Amino acid sequence: MNLSLVVFYLLSVVCLGGAVGVVMSRNVVHAALLLLVSLMAVSGLYLLLLAEFLALVQVLIYGGAITIVVLFVIMLTRAQEFRSMSANPQWRLAIVTAFGVFVLLAAAIIKGAPTETVRQSLGFKELGNSLFTDWAVPFEVASLVLLVALIGAIVIARERDVE
Amino acid sequence: MSLIHFQILSAALFSIGIYGVLARRNAVLILLALELMLNAVNINLIAFAAYGELAQAATGQVIAIFVITVAAAEVGLAMAIILRLFRDRSSVDVYDVDVMKW
Repeated sequence: MNLSLVVFYLLSVVCLGGAVGVVMSRNVVHAALLLLVSLMAVSGLYLLLLAEFLALVQVLIYGGAITIVVLFVIMLTRAQEFRSMSANPQWRLAIVTAFGVFVLLAAAIIKGAPTETVRQSLGFKELGNSLFTDWAVPFEVASLVLLVALIGAIVIARERDVE
Repeated sequence: MSLIHFQILSAALFSIGIYGVLARRNAVLILLALELMLNAVNINLIAFAAYGELAQAATGQVIAIFVITVAAAEVGLAMAIILRLFRDRSSVDVYDVDVMKW
């Protein structure tokens, strides 16, 4: 058992534990903070997969932006007052569905049985080259998507009384 | 450590996300579970990028970047919708917004 496998199992436990906490926690704020724990473990997994840039982006976007936005909205909607509503009548069906999906995916993965064990590293330079040559058009479209989402968010969240 | 480890982890994370989306009533918590599912997809993409051919490695990582971009846009929009929902209905319970339910 080599070191990277030990690190992988540690990160997996943190990641899955945090994820189970997110979907089980009764407190909304705890769920948001546990999501941060899980996502930072995913960032560690990206490092294990030699994707340094993605690990950095993961910390910046999820740790710095998304969790903060979620916490702001939790504060603004006073969602803690709705603690009791975590009881959903279809939770049993949800467990069965989630378990079924996992079994299906795991069976497909094991049947496919990929045997690759060699990881390759992709440098920042190659990634940037690819992003601005082969993927230049989708990259520009992504910026347009962000702009539209920004304007849409402002329009939706704006007070109507101002008009 | 091989590709299959990451694939199984990704499948487990995705299933947990599915449970969260189906079993929660708070719109914010449904969104958090959705983020878990998006991250499961990203782990898969980057694992295939790392273990596949080097010529294709950039493709997997670039698509993962796009997934993160769209996830950020989605969170911004969803939070605006949840704020509007809370202002109009004083609730973030998805069971209160079943007007369009057949």
